[in-house]
Amino acid sequence: MIKVNNLTKRYVNMNAVDDISFHVKENEIVGLLGPNGAGKTTTMRILTCFMPATAGTATVAGYDVFTDSLNVRQQIGYLPENVPLYLDMRAYEYLMFRAKLKNIPRRERRKKIEYCLEMTGIKDVQKQIIGTLSKGYKQRVGLADTLIHDPKILILDEPTIGLDPNQIRQIRGVIKGLGQKHTVLLSTHILPEVEMVCDRVMIINKGKIVAMDTPSNLMKQLKTGSNLVLEIKGEGEKIKSSLSGIDTVESVTYRKKDDANEFYINGSGEKDIREDVFNCIVKDNYILREMKRQTITLEEIFHQVTTKETEEETANA
Amino acid sequence: MRNVNTIFQREIMSYFYSPIAYVVISVFLIAAGFFFAGNLQIHQEASLKGSLDSTQFFLLLLTPVITMKLFSDETKSGTMETLMTSPVTDFDVVFGKFLAALSLYAVMILPTWIYVLFLTIFGNPDFGPIFSSYIGLMLMGGLFVSVGLLVSSLTKNQVVAAVIGIVSLIILWVIGYLSEYGDGWFYEALRYIGTYDHWSSFTKGIVDTRDVIYYLSFTALLLFITVRNVESRKWR
Ligand SMILES: Nc1ncnc2c1ncn2[C@@H]1O[C@H](COP(=O)(O)OP(=O)(O)O)[C@@H](O)[C@H]1O
Ligand SMILES: [Mg+2]
Repeated sequence: MIKVNNLTKRYVNMNAVDDISFHVKENEIVGLLGPNGAGKTTTMRILTCFMPATAGTATVAGYDVFTDSLNVRQQIGYLPENVPLYLDMRAYEYLMFRAKLKNIPRRERRKKIEYCLEMTGIKDVQKQIIGTLSKGYKQRVGLADTLIHDPKILILDEPTIGLDPNQIRQIRGVIKGLGQKHTVLLSTHILPEVEMVCDRVMIINKGKIVAMDTPSNLMKQLKTGSNLVLEIKGEGEKIKSSLSGIDTVESVTYRKKDDANEFYINGSGEKDIREDVFNCIVKDNYILREMKRQTITLEEIFHQVTTKETEEETANA
Repeated sequence: MRNVNTIFQREIMSYFYSPIAYVVISVFLIAAGFFFAGNLQIHQEASLKGSLDSTQFFLLLLTPVITMKLFSDETKSGTMETLMTSPVTDFDVVFGKFLAALSLYAVMILPTWIYVLFLTIFGNPDFGPIFSSYIGLMLMGGLFVSVGLLVSSLTKNQVVAAVIGIVSLIILWVIGYLSEYGDGWFYEALRYIGTYDHWSSFTKGIVDTRDVIYYLSFTALLLFITVRNVESRKWR
């Protein structure tokens, strides 16, 4: 659905997007993950024909973004960062304006608007002036606009930024639902977001894609190990030395917690170390109060990927 | 053309949602009424010539206020991005906005027909110059609006857009006067570029095609530059 080959966008003295290539398949939700200034917005602006690239090619739904811009724009629903809206219009009026602009035939407009109001849950506020709506509702009006012409592809730039946790959860729910009928490319700098919503994630940093895979594969690929958190009653140092004795355990740290100790154990490989640890504790008669797995978050993946990059860079330099 | 209409409708709607349209129209009508009454007293003749010449100055000041938000506001609020990524051409957007502002301009000068009514009730005006004056007013309005539109596309600050617009129109006006202080091709060129000379023949009841062409082509040129300027975000 989206094919990007060697895309570069050069600003005066830096490449905001630097030779990136990726494909997005039909009905896939792909997350573009990266810190501020990574080039997410720039990539999306190129794909939505707001600005051209300096080099490289991109096609959206089979149309070239440089030569077939009007067709591309008819196929995409784009939600820009910060959701710009006409604040003086009523929500319904705005959607009607957008429906006309997106060439929806006159007799279908009402039905389409009704559907979008339903999908995004803003039926109750359709008569309100957009300027008086809360941030979350504005976001939904923006989202309703992106859906109105039933585009094949949705491009959403940081769709949950500036919302409160409750609103974030709701918007994510809406987006996940959309993924069943639309191809979605969304950007975010919030890590758990892609984990929850996306089928595939691309990590972008300084204009370059540094990793691209499913969220779970990414975790496997990288040094994940199996990290455990345990609460054990007993003498800290002694427990530590017996735990360190296990072959599959790489490191053990602990701190006092109430009348017991909290232990952090890093496994050395992919293998599940929970049984080994449990057996060791039982053997030495310590009292185990709690054991849980600490799954590695994308946060750590991101940290690893980007620091590896810079390490390589400095090594090359 | 359908997209032009869509853009046009939204701009008109937004004019009447904001106080600007009402303020501009009120200011203009107060000024126009004042000049009309004043001219009647001084000249004691059933014509609009004097009063239209004076209201002229207010059109110069008020038209950029009508046009100032057209692009500045969209650039500032970021709606330019939603607008330009919908399936519309840059020309659709520019022309739709132009027509909306020109319509507001027409709405602004429309009530001055009451004065014409007055003149016919209490006097015996010559309708030739009156009709031609209104043709001239609309043509000039097109030029003023296109100047304001171009300026609005150059800055995201509405106030700056209005000020630069007013200054540009005043310059355009004044160079026509300057042309009377000399001879030769330079002053001839000034006379042609300036709006004053072209306008004054309309008030005398003459609709000269050269004047019509001047206004139409100047307006078209400015609209063309505006379209190019809106496109220019792409190569910046
Ligand atoms: N119009 C511009 N002119 C110059 N530099 C820009 C412009 N827009 C963005 N940049 C730069 O390009 C880089 C990428 O920006 P952006 O795509 O907005 O990042 P993100 O959306 O990932 O936060 C940033 O370093 C930013 O400063
Ligand atoms: Mg961004």
